[in-house]
Amino acid sequence: MSTATADDRELQRLRWQCRRGMLELDLLLDAFLERGWGDLDEAGRRAFERLLGFPDQVILDWLMQQAVPADAVLRDLVARILAVVIPPPPRP
Amino acid sequence: MPIPTRHFDALILGAGGAGLNAALRLAGADARVAVVSKVFPTRSHTVAAQGGVNAALANVMPDNWHWHMYDTVKGSDFLGDQDAIEYMCREAIATVYELEHAGVPFSRLDDGRIYQRPFGGQSQNFGGDQAARTCAAADRTGHAILHTLYQQNLRARTHFFDEFFAIDLLRDDEGYVIGALVLEIETGEPLIIASKTTLIATGGYGQVFRTSTNAFINTGDGMAMALRVGVPLMDMEFYQFHPTGVAGKGMLITEGARGEGGYLLNGDGERFMERYAPRALDLASRDVVSRAIATEVREGRGCGPNRDHVLLKLDHLGADVVHHRLPGISDICRTFVGIDPAKDPIPVFPTAHYAMGGIPTDRSARVVAPLRHGPEEVVPGLYAAGECACVSVHGANRLGGNSLLDILVFGRAAGQDILRYLKENPNHRPLTDSVIAPAMARLERWQRRGDGEPVHVVKADLRKLMEDHCGVFRTEAVMAEGVEKLVALRERVEGVRLTDHSQTFNTARIEALELDNLVDVGMATLCSALFRQESRGAHSRVDYPERDDQNWLRHSLYFRDGDRMDSKPVRTKPLTVESFPPKPRVY
Repeated sequence: MSTATADDRELQRLRWQCRRGMLELDLLLDAFLERGWGDLDEAGRRAFERLLGFPDQVILDWLMQQAVPADAVLRDLVARILAVVIPPPPRP
Repeated sequence: MPIPTRHFDALILGAGGAGLNAALRLAGADARVAVVSKVFPTRSHTVAAQGGVNAALANVMPDNWHWHMYDTVKGSDFLGDQDAIEYMCREAIATVYELEHAGVPFSRLDDGRIYQRPFGGQSQNFGGDQAARTCAAADRTGHAILHTLYQQNLRARTHFFDEFFAIDLLRDDEGYVIGALVLEIETGEPLIIASKTTLIATGGYGQVFRTSTNAFINTGDGMAMALRVGVPLMDMEFYQFHPTGVAGKGMLITEGARGEGGYLLNGDGERFMERYAPRALDLASRDVVSRAIATEVREGRGCGPNRDHVLLKLDHLGADVVHHRLPGISDICRTFVGIDPAKDPIPVFPTAHYAMGGIPTDRSARVVAPLRHGPEEVVPGLYAAGECACVSVHGANRLGGNSLLDILVFGRAAGQDILRYLKENPNHRPLTDSVIAPAMARLERWQRRGDGEPVHVVKADLRKLMEDHCGVFRTEAVMAEGVEKLVALRERVEGVRLTDHSQTFNTARIEALELDNLVDVGMATLCSALFRQESRGAHSRVDYPERDDQNWLRHSLYFRDGDRMDSKPVRTKPLTVESFPPKPRVY
């Protein structure tokens, strides 16, 4: 199996893990998977997998910046996700 | 190779509040229970319910289940079934205490009793002063309930099939539902779950509309499964829209934004609500504001490059008001639109929120349908509860705090009645190949190869079509054109092909199966909305602006076979008290 195929399959699996109970998380996690996940290194991908294991409400609080993960690795990951998914301000 | 088969007393499709509350009751009585969920159970949409649960506990102000019943009947615009509403309002009290004992951390008063807050549509003494009836666990009631029920089910040894997708119900020649064909998403392998009883608790279908508050999982799977075994869907024209969702995304921007002085602008910079509601302006009722926005966009006065939304302006309120009194809105705007609402206006459009209609049931959550002898014959072995069901306690319009209550009360009722059914029907019924064949055919259809349109293109067209032709702007001409287009789209689905035919985590196939479901519930919604020639509750027609109790105090029924419509009377007789006769619904 080529690396690309393994990555595709992994993406499919993660896409399903990104199906959550809240629209907000669906939109943010899906956007990151599309535009940011491919650039993560192995450690980053492991952290993302770990993030997906948290309850919806906890992830929502982090991504809406209502709370900050205690764990530094997750804190960096959340910052990275937000940098990718938050749209740029509209042009004046 | 034969398909592997597992046997259970009860099969529950969906792991939201309704499914898990039913499962808990059953597992607690030593029934063998299987819960099938396409996502991990605590990722069900119940988790997103922030509001709370209504129950007349009278902890903060005087209250009474009978007043709760009155408010619910009135809120339903008199289309709710009064026997079911009486049952729900009486059971609400025990249900909340049961959840409290199960460990739901309800917010408390200083004396330790459950705190209750006032909510729109709640009154004391049959339409008198405001009541305070909603019990909440801070602003995350759904999350607290779902996690508590899940933990309790694990303790009770409920068997969970996580990340399994239900393809179709299995219904035998005598009309009994005897389980379902499901698919393990990870392996792509089908599995038959043979069960003496089946409860559909798959939630809503907001994803059929382009702009919706619903999570991606809300694709009406259980409703469409019911349709495919010949069960009709009831009152599907009644869908609650909120006037201001973030355009192109769907999240709610609370009415509080307009309450604080925010107002709407069209593409010409005009404060257009002056034309639709000269006195109430931007604080007019939800349906008036929703329809005004849709009209502006339809008539070419929308904003943005596609002129497909309007703007909600808050910047004149000052950063202090916006950031401190409307913090949730600031967070949503920053994260999803990249703007600060204290500086830039918010792009908004009406967003689809909640389905009042669904699979017709009685107050024991048994599915009922006009089959051979009457309008409400029980489909043996089949139950439905929660947003996918229509019992009908919400009628034409749901009150805040009554949806979590609905899922809990009728999930519990389903569990109780299933136990009764199991005593009377202790054995599995025979499962023949002819029963399984239609379900397998639906699965195998997606193995077809060759060129065809991709799923996401047809899905996007469907959602746009439903928004344009069955959203908040409803006339005969608009909806008839919608039906025509949807018939054509349904034919296009036949030509859709998958490019990925692998077995492992083939989510493209799951999305294709969901598309089938969305098309079925979309057609049910459009046909029902076209059928009902009046305005009542959430169904608001430009060409029939009045409620018509003479002709339409009836539930609509849509059958998939021939896209046929029928109707049945509303159950206006409660269980023990006098009926509330229809009167104008004014607040």
